Amino acid sequence: MDIDVLVVATIARALAFATPLLWAALGEVIAERSGVVNLGVEGMMALGAVTGFAVAFTTGDVWWGLAAAGLAGMLGSLLHAFVAITLRADAYVSGLSLTMLGLGLSALIGRAWVGRPLPDPMRTIDVPWLRELPLLGPMLFQGQYVLTYAALLAAVVAWAMLFHTRGGLVLRSVGENPTAVDAAGLHVRPVRYAAVLIGGLLAGIGGGYLSLAYRPSWGEGMVNGLGWIALALAIFAMWHPLRVIVAGLLFGACFTLAFRLQTVFPPELLTMLPYVFTVLALVFTAWRRGRLAFGAPEALGRAYLRGER
Amino acid sequence: MNPEEPLQPRLSLRGIEKRYPGVRALAGVDLDVMPGQVHAVLGENGAGKSTLMHVVYGLVAPDEGSMTWEGEPLRLRSPREAIARGIGLVAQHFHLVERHTVAENLALGFPDAPFWRPTRSLLPRLQAAAERYGLALDPGAQVRDLSPGERQRVEIVKALMQGARLLVLDEPTSVLTPAEVDALFAVLRRFVAEGSSVVFVSHKLAEVEVLADVVTVLRRGAVVGRRSAADGLDRRDLARLMVGRDLAAAVADRGRARAAAIAAGPVRLRLTDVRVDAPGRAQGPALNVASLEVRGGEIVGIAGVAGNGQSELVAVVAGLRAPSAGTVEVDGREPGSGRRRRGARSQVDAGVALVPEDRTKVGVVGDLSVARNLALRHAHRRPFARGMWIDWQAVGRVSQSAVEAYDIATPSTGTPARLLSGGNVQKVILARELDRDPGVVVAVHPTYGLDVAATSQTHERLLAAAGRGAAVLLVSEDLDEVLSLSDRVAVLSGGRVVATMAAADADPEALGLAMAGVSA
Amino acid sequence: MIGALRRRRAARRWEPRADAPAWRVMLVTIAAVAVAALVVTWVFVAYGVAPGEAWATIVRRTLLEPRGLSETVRKAIPLLLAGIGLLLAFRARFWNIGAEGQILAGAIGATAVALFTELPGPLVVPAMFLAGMLAGAAWGAVPALLKARMGVNEIITTLMFNYIALYLVRWLINGPWKARSATGFSYSERFPAEAVLPTLGATRLHWPTLAIALVLVAVVALLLARSRFGFEVEVLGRSPEAARYAGIDAGRVTLLLAALAAGAAGLAGVGEVAGIHRRLVEPTQLSLGYGYAAILVALLARGKALAVVPAALFLGFVFAAGDVMRVSLRLPSQLPDVVTGLVLLLVVASEPLTRGRWVRRDPAEAATAPAAEAPVAPPAAATAGAPAGGAAHASPDGEG
Repeated sequence: MDIDVLVVATIARALAFATPLLWAALGEVIAERSGVVNLGVEGMMALGAVTGFAVAFTTGDVWWGLAAAGLAGMLGSLLHAFVAITLRADAYVSGLSLTMLGLGLSALIGRAWVGRPLPDPMRTIDVPWLRELPLLGPMLFQGQYVLTYAALLAAVVAWAMLFHTRGGLVLRSVGENPTAVDAAGLHVRPVRYAAVLIGGLLAGIGGGYLSLAYRPSWGEGMVNGLGWIALALAIFAMWHPLRVIVAGLLFGACFTLAFRLQTVFPPELLTMLPYVFTVLALVFTAWRRGRLAFGAPEALGRAYLRGER
Repeated sequence: MNPEEPLQPRLSLRGIEKRYPGVRALAGVDLDVMPGQVHAVLGENGAGKSTLMHVVYGLVAPDEGSMTWEGEPLRLRSPREAIARGIGLVAQHFHLVERHTVAENLALGFPDAPFWRPTRSLLPRLQAAAERYGLALDPGAQVRDLSPGERQRVEIVKALMQGARLLVLDEPTSVLTPAEVDALFAVLRRFVAEGSSVVFVSHKLAEVEVLADVVTVLRRGAVVGRRSAADGLDRRDLARLMVGRDLAAAVADRGRARAAAIAAGPVRLRLTDVRVDAPGRAQGPALNVASLEVRGGEIVGIAGVAGNGQSELVAVVAGLRAPSAGTVEVDGREPGSGRRRRGARSQVDAGVALVPEDRTKVGVVGDLSVARNLALRHAHRRPFARGMWIDWQAVGRVSQSAVEAYDIATPSTGTPARLLSGGNVQKVILARELDRDPGVVVAVHPTYGLDVAATSQTHERLLAAAGRGAAVLLVSEDLDEVLSLSDRVAVLSGGRVVATMAAADADPEALGLAMAGVSA
Repeated sequence: MIGALRRRRAARRWEPRADAPAWRVMLVTIAAVAVAALVVTWVFVAYGVAPGEAWATIVRRTLLEPRGLSETVRKAIPLLLAGIGLLLAFRARFWNIGAEGQILAGAIGATAVALFTELPGPLVVPAMFLAGMLAGAAWGAVPALLKARMGVNEIITTLMFNYIALYLVRWLINGPWKARSATGFSYSERFPAEAVLPTLGATRLHWPTLAIALVLVAVVALLLARSRFGFEVEVLGRSPEAARYAGIDAGRVTLLLAALAAGAAGLAGVGEVAGIHRRLVEPTQLSLGYGYAAILVALLARGKALAVVPAALFLGFVFAAGDVMRVSLRLPSQLPDVVTGLVLLLVVASEPLTRGRWVRRDPAEAATAPAAEAPVAPPAAATAGAPAGGAAHASPDGEG
């Protein structure tokens, strides 16, 4: 295979592979920036995937399916928000139980649809004009899904909202020092609820991408740890939406490149790679963090109760 | 200050009452703050000052009583409503987001800041406020890089920009150098000269005397006296009101006879050229080539504004942190240096006791029983440890006697430590740390937040430990405490020991200059 | 003036409590289980199965018939082992989610000994347990080391190690260790007879593993209650700052207990391959999610080592009931997963209920306050928030 063909194909595949990670990691960045860690990403993605598929299958319209996927993710995150924010239960365990519940429920709901292909899946698009570009055209602008571009756009929008608007300022402040926000006369909990719900919405869309576009079908192992990888990605990107893009594409490129080595390695070991990369990425982040003195949002994972420190 | 026309009070409190389980934090407080007036609220730690301020700022709802604001009834459900009326609070611990810039912190306080790029429109207003009151600030600086004085300036500017006509300052000078205190007072005078009002909460007599127009003294949640500057303020009189007895009697006359005995004692704690690096900090090492000797029986006070290396000094002596360079010797030996270092345990075994700054989070484990907390730092040693096991009966016996000896008010030794009052938590810590006759005692802010009785008991315990031959290092922000307890005072500034002097000869003014880093 | 409005608005106040009384914990736990049972009943109805009959069948086939009961107990064995380990890890707030992978690692270790060593007969089984424990411990020690030395989030790493272990097993049974006879399904060669655990009568209850599990529970209970290590775990879990002050080496303790926990899970893996399957099989059949369910076992036990036994038996029942539902009632096989997730969520959500209670605000309250004269930090004091400066006070704000 020609080297430039290889590069082009790898990057094109990387984009497609990274899309669900981008959606979910972006959602987690928003949630964690408000100080609420949500380990339920895996479960929310599974719920999104199965609901999206079921609705698209029934209505015949993938866009209804996608809306349903987002809504399902959001409903899952609402459960987490209630338990972790209102009840002030341990956010880590709450998210974990959301994952277990989401995986179980999605498998239960999706039984009727296992092994049935989606008759009318999401179509790939070619971007007019840009598709003609040499190299860049086939690399980035041919045969991708709208959701891929939407994910990139969402990352930019999230960045602008987080760092250049008042709402974003409040959200970040809630994650850093809720007491200061309270003292400024603003309410902590609604902000956290909103952030967690947005996170759920995005994770649901990421799940929907899997079952409506990437592999238009439903199976129990569909999410297969992508939610957990997205969690790691949020850390790897140091909670910055634009770095999520970079990190996501880097991940995607690593995986797809590794899969090119199929002739050399047995497939089981290749499937293992994303998880190995994730561990390595976390180790790298920890190592770099030691140098940059930059860490997670200060109040991450701590429930807020006025009067508690 | 406009004596001609009879003015309406800006803020008026009547019969404000606030109870917490077991405490009456505020017991029917009346207060009138006039326009153009600095109204000082004076009281000891625990007198109810902070609660009162939180009521005024809408953070705490009073159980009873009423408030009026410029003649109209005032009901506050949240700080936001207080801000809208024109009440600004500069809390003792700042409500700032450390990793945000100054401008972002200011924007957070403005509900009417524009949605898109909220910080931009603030810059002209920040400029205006800065010029009007002489409060220069770099809007792009990150708060975590600012000194405590600069952070306070951010809080003040925030309140002023929000249109505060009443500024409440809670112990504003505790983190400031003397020069910064003067600058703050100048700002406040300019502010009241415009007809605005200030409520100044403090327990420092000298400052109140200098700044206040009216002084209200609180004791145990109740107003015990009110004095006006027009009639002259007398420091002794205020002190008597505040403490409830003569201050002269409170400060023990310790005499200098001990000086000779101390001089003959052995050096039990010796720091030589200790440096502690602070990664990620712009200002260089947190502690820089500090050397210090403390003899048995001696109490050395560490004076200095917070953040000048005190916590690093304490951490190094107590073994919580390894020095980047230099040595810490206890009784002539370095406990567990190099590869044998086992953190605080080496120091504990070498006889170093620590009464930590944060008594509820570090000093005790709140969920564990009093007995287990009494064993916290000694569980690996006899009589508690038996090989790999712990003899809980021995722990029970020892803690029972400690509870009696140290007069710890607890239902039983099985009660979780977090149900104890601050004073009793401190007694648990003192019992654990001092009961084994340590060679070196490090006490950090040992009386902060304690009531009068607990304070004097703590002082007695520390003096007794020194009397039994321990070298005592006392770190406190309360200069009066440092001066009254210590034999010698060492001043830390910018991570260096810039001066040491005999406490008896220490002149507060010279001390203040040294604390500010000005060589005398 | 403010009073009237205020009093109504804040008539009740959340009062944290020292220790949840045992009956309250029991009640809340039972309520959580009851809610889950209601949901299952609803599923029965939804699938057109008569609920009364379904429950009767489940109870009969999991608890009343000897064979069914043995299945319940058998499924509790890996949950006991993994659960007691997780309980220990969670006590020190080390969030090991990797028991599933550690079970698989243990199974790999045992298989290696069973198939590829030439030990005298009676030594084979002990060697398998030892190898499984070591393999599990090693698998769990890596994330613990990363956590202790570099502060890498252990939740994600332990989870990633689950996937890595899963694909490792899959690779082994498809590649180097694949049985010659295997067609279609992949598995390893069958273990020789001396590498197979004895079972109780005609059941599949491999009692040596059960015995090891019960001994381990007792040992952990003893360690937690009486040993210096247990005390250090307890302090570290409740306050890392105080642990440092107490001279506890957090890295060492974390590593030790993570290895212990993972080693216990590894033993569970040995039991599954040597007692049930008698060969290394497809990972999702080898461990039916025991590693994840063990999280619930540890949380249900709420820090009490001996409570792991009833908690594991309960989940063993859930798993066994899942089999009954699938085989006898023709219900979806995913129901146990949903039940596990649901109970976990309910237990987590109800946790705050055991930690405090709503009390009426009452002027007379002062008189009935705890014997201590004042709370450590009344709400007013705490609004001051975290210290602003590096060395600012962190002690309570003073009032009270």
